[in-house]
Amino acid sequence: MSDMMKVSSNPHVRSSVTTSNIMMWVVIALLPAAGFGVYNFGVDALIILILSVISTVLTEFCYEKFMHKKITIGDFSAVVTGLLLGMNLPSTAPWWLPVLGGIFAILVVKMLFGGLGQNFMNPALGARCFLIISFPALMTNFVTDTYTSATPLTALKNGEEVVVIDMITGKIPGTIGETSMIAIVLGACILIMLGIIDLKIPGSYIVSFVIFIILFGGHGFNGTYISAQLAGGGLMLGAFFMATDYVTCPITVKGKYIYGIILGILTGIFRVFGSSSEGVSYAIIIGNLLVPLIEKFTLPRAFGIRPAGRKEENKA
Amino acid sequence: MSEEKKGALGFKQDTPAERFFNGLIVENPTLVLMIGMCPTLAVTTSAINGLTMGLATTFVLALSNAVIALLRKVIPDTVRIPAFIVVIASFVTLVQLVMQAYVPVMYEALGVYIPLIVVNCIIFGRAEAYASKHDVIPSFFDGVGMGLGFTCAITVIGLFRELIGGGTMFDVQIFGEGTVVPGAIGYFFGLYQPIRIFIQQAGAFIVLAVLIAIMNQVKFNMEKKGKDTSKFGVGGCCSDVEIKDPHKVKEELLAKEKAAKIIKADKEEAIKEETVKENEAKEKAGEEDEK
Repeated sequence: MSDMMKVSSNPHVRSSVTTSNIMMWVVIALLPAAGFGVYNFGVDALIILILSVISTVLTEFCYEKFMHKKITIGDFSAVVTGLLLGMNLPSTAPWWLPVLGGIFAILVVKMLFGGLGQNFMNPALGARCFLIISFPALMTNFVTDTYTSATPLTALKNGEEVVVIDMITGKIPGTIGETSMIAIVLGACILIMLGIIDLKIPGSYIVSFVIFIILFGGHGFNGTYISAQLAGGGLMLGAFFMATDYVTCPITVKGKYIYGIILGILTGIFRVFGSSSEGVSYAIIIGNLLVPLIEKFTLPRAFGIRPAGRKEENKA
Repeated sequence: MSEEKKGALGFKQDTPAERFFNGLIVENPTLVLMIGMCPTLAVTTSAINGLTMGLATTFVLALSNAVIALLRKVIPDTVRIPAFIVVIASFVTLVQLVMQAYVPVMYEALGVYIPLIVVNCIIFGRAEAYASKHDVIPSFFDGVGMGLGFTCAITVIGLFRELIGGGTMFDVQIFGEGTVVPGAIGYFFGLYQPIRIFIQQAGAFIVLAVLIAIMNQVKFNMEKKGKDTSKFGVGGCCSDVEIKDPHKVKEELLAKEKAAKIIKADKEEAIKEETVKENEAKEKAGEEDEK
């Protein structure tokens, strides 16, 4: 009897990729954008990032300890949530804002629905929306070089001039992690090269958003306007890091494209017709809620099984 | 229903007291039966709104239950729903006019939800499930109990939403700026920032879910201690349902699973045989086609 004859149940092929592995790489990929945020906004930003990571990890630990469940903070998913949440807050936020957001993200959005893999929406974005509804003034208090100012997107919406090159490098007011397009794309490249995310969702998201902006943005095919819309706000961060969250995006290939297009259109609607200049987080959350439906309709047909309702074809 | 059968909390079935506690606790319409969710979520932005809405509903519920019980032998079965609506709507109009005259502030605050009491499913549910089959007095107390159960639940929801979302309790500022609490405690209470989402729609769902979770946990703990909770949730009009010992239920379930497994195995074999036969048939058909 050789080893080849050994009988065992599946899986037979194992990969070295684990949840904690992937999450670690996501954290590493987020570091350029987070680092730039700290460089741009100073120590305040660093404190907020640290506080939000601590609060998410601690909440997960306490919940699992208290509920006598397996401690899963080792899979780094709470760190990713905390980092993303911190990057979605303005640097002027008071200390309790990231803490409250972290507790809400983990406790309400993630753990109460069954923990990692069971959450129906992205925890970091759920917490961001919770905070932005509860504390609108604190969440939109943006600062550059100690001046309180509007984000370029708000300026754009009010018909003011914006400097696109600043928006691409990131020397603009905004939340901690969203300002620098270069740093975000750099991080995204790492994930794409490692095969952790692919371009299906971000690609269809951004392309459909651009088409929407050209059609309904009111500026036609205006290069400055389009690039400002792309580089401004949380579009890049959302498209590469939050829309691609494994748990809350469709697993079917067709579904991924549909999901991306829905996000693009929703973001366009919120930005062009909405009262606020930003709409990425709401778009992704609504997209998350539609995922089960999308998956249901894009389920691939198993070989040899006739779709229900179709009549048996005539054999002759 | 036999006379000896015991109702909610060990009271005799269909007595006024049993009906009252059944509605208030055992079959609380909001937290156990989970009906009447529309006003529960819509008007509970403050405790006082919840209380007023609850009392208005209680009034309508008790009187409409009594009248429907009175008329139950007159109303033909086929048109009972329109008949119920007429009765309920009369009482709602009564409440609406009285509130408009004497508490115009609350009337303004509750707005469209007062006329909407007509289609509140607690009232319909009780008329259909209880009042149309029972005597006037138990029906009346069923309405009072259910109404007060609803009132308590939505007042508590309103209390929490108001306190977390606005820092106030019955319009008295407890937390946040301008707190009425004096001294050092008042200073710390004053630092509180109201979490506004709780007075918006999403907050209603969160508070309601937490309350239901607490209710279920209490029930679970009682079961764990070996107390009889069989009258919890399935008292009253649902008490016709046979109540089983949890251990027996478990054994039965296990037995059922075993049986299902055996049946499944049998079925699989049968399917296998069938497919073999089908394949044979197909082959034959193929041969015939070739011919």
